[in-house]
Amino acid sequence: MLETFGHLPVSWLLFAVLAAAGFVAFFIGRTSAVATAQGSTARLNSQPNYHGYFLAMATIAPAAVILILYSLFGESMVRSQLASELPQRIRDLGTMEMGQYIDRIAENSQRGPGSTTGNALFDAATGRYTSLLGLSRIIAIGLALFGAGVGFFFARRRLSVNFRARARVEDGIKLMLFLCAAIAILTTLGIVASLFFEALRFFARVPVLSFIFGTEWNAQTGADFGAIPLFFGTFMIAFLAMLVAAPIGLLSAIYLSEYASPRFRSIVKPILELLAGIPTVVYGFFALQFVAPLVRSFAVWVNSLPFTPDTLLAAQPTSALAAGLVMGIMIIPFVSSLSDDVINAVPQTLRDGAYAMGATKSETVKQVVMPAALPGVIAALLLAVSRAIGETMIVVMAAGQRAQISPDPTSDLTTITVQIVALLTGDTEFDSAKTLSAFALGFVLFIVTLLFNLIALRVVQKYREKYE
Amino acid sequence: MDGNVEDFVETARNKQALNMAEMTKVDCRHIDVFYDEKQAIYDISMEIQDRAVTAFIGPSGCGKSTFLRCINRMNDTIESASVKGQIIMDGADINDPSIDPVLLRSRVGMVFQKPNPFPKSIYDNIAYGPRIHGLAAGKSELDEIVESSLRKAGLWEEVKDRLAAPGTSLSGGQQQRLCIARAIAVSPEVILMDEPCSALDPIATARIEELIDELRERYCIVIVTHSMQQAARVSQRTAFFHLGKLVEYGDTERIFTNPEDSRTQDYITGRFG
Repeated sequence: MLETFGHLPVSWLLFAVLAAAGFVAFFIGRTSAVATAQGSTARLNSQPNYHGYFLAMATIAPAAVILILYSLFGESMVRSQLASELPQRIRDLGTMEMGQYIDRIAENSQRGPGSTTGNALFDAATGRYTSLLGLSRIIAIGLALFGAGVGFFFARRRLSVNFRARARVEDGIKLMLFLCAAIAILTTLGIVASLFFEALRFFARVPVLSFIFGTEWNAQTGADFGAIPLFFGTFMIAFLAMLVAAPIGLLSAIYLSEYASPRFRSIVKPILELLAGIPTVVYGFFALQFVAPLVRSFAVWVNSLPFTPDTLLAAQPTSALAAGLVMGIMIIPFVSSLSDDVINAVPQTLRDGAYAMGATKSETVKQVVMPAALPGVIAALLLAVSRAIGETMIVVMAAGQRAQISPDPTSDLTTITVQIVALLTGDTEFDSAKTLSAFALGFVLFIVTLLFNLIALRVVQKYREKYE
Repeated sequence: MDGNVEDFVETARNKQALNMAEMTKVDCRHIDVFYDEKQAIYDISMEIQDRAVTAFIGPSGCGKSTFLRCINRMNDTIESASVKGQIIMDGADINDPSIDPVLLRSRVGMVFQKPNPFPKSIYDNIAYGPRIHGLAAGKSELDEIVESSLRKAGLWEEVKDRLAAPGTSLSGGQQQRLCIARAIAVSPEVILMDEPCSALDPIATARIEELIDELRERYCIVIVTHSMQQAARVSQRTAFFHLGKLVEYGDTERIFTNPEDSRTQDYITGRFG
């Protein structure tokens, strides 16, 4: 019996039952409201439909909460129960191996009844797992149905002529919307927390100050964890990228919003925004195959000039400049699209005012439109910077791996994101300082981009107060 | 503000009686305006007097603002708009290709419906025009222009201690006077006002009307207004527009007391519009 339940795909059935219960509750609520109204629904505080919605909500909500909790924690409870029942020699294996063992059991259990392997212990464990799962499901379903019943019962008792079902339904909708918003926030908090605690484990091994202010980075050997070269590389490449993206993005935004005809604009703007849709790996490929060799030959040419020393530029096959240039192209649409919106938001009356003073178009743009749009433009640039700092694929492919502090843009630099990738790919053990340093880097990166975004948001808010 | 509005109107009338030197500043001949295919103005001809206030009245969408914007060629900034006909100002047609609209607009200032100070300080708002047109030789001369423009607009006493404050920090009525001062700063000959008081409260409105009456002595002023009382209070000549046509044009006194056209009569007495 229990095993059968363990194999059954009960979840769909359960949804159907709950939905049906909701419908039934709705009609009961509606009918009873009509009955209490004694022919005149105007006497009711809330219309019959709201009574129905209220009853349906009160029925489904407790059951849904119980089922969601079960789907989150049910299986892990089953697994820990099974783990405690396994023979000692398997429990001695260690957390990781035992986890994998139970994974195999769960997998085998899902294949359905009769999938035996011949290994007596394993098959027995599979059977036990299946029945535990079935038991847990029966308990969960029982609780859910009980919750639905209780919800229905109490809600049913509250219905009366004067019951404000409409307001209660409104509360219910508000709660549901709030929960959806809360999920996004909680997920973010969860990510930050996991980063933070892993980073703490790293800082238990490496002092914070030597991480933040150290100038040597040799994480692969586990020797030095000074993040300065990584920050240097990150900001250097972001700076180079902004050098490309800020003027081009801004000027194209000005052209599109102030000079271009509506027809031209309606064609070009989507094309420009298409740039944002190109996968970053394609940009990375472009940087590595095309731009990096170009940068290198340019550096070689500069070195060969008679009046420059032969070793003036590093001329590496991968370089900060190559990555920065391509990244700059990638973030042009961020700058142009956001600034275009901001420039369009400048009231037309301001432009008219300037034209009526006898200002030319470029004078109007320079002295009236841009000052008015400036806070928004700054916000757009800051968002682009945080995007550039967090960008990974292009730098992984085109920036290099060497952690060094060099002002020469043709030398290869490495960034925080590149190092995180390098530290977490391949064979890793999640207990060494080397791997943990990736979390510390990720945490610091998160803080930096968060700061940029916060500043950008504040600037935008200030701007809004001004024109509305 | 001293005295009530009636007194002020009374003195305005008296002044008007003394000052009837008829001189045409802007002579519009057979103006048609189109927005794409749609015609907004039909063959309007009128002579606008110098050193007088001319009011354009009429129901919404009758073309009075569009016609006003012909006089400083602001319709050029609207892609779909095209203007036909001649507007003679000081002997030259402003629609002639040889006329630079940018220079024209320094001679024909404009004040808009909603106060639109630039995102700059009060000082820089006024100094904007003189700077782009190179009207001041140095800092002290610019200071003088700013002060005299603000004085003419009756704003100097209120803002002289905070010229560096942003123009947007002023109240609505002050902002509108700032915009008038800004228009005056380039010494225009004509000032166009497109419903300059529609966003203001009655007290600020009375203040602006008083100002318009003072400015009349130096400039040719054209004002678009939805308020018949305002037209009667501030203007010497009134033009009534309807459906893109000029229905009637004449001395304000006569238009309001003895209109020739029945449509004017109906509009003024509030039967439509």
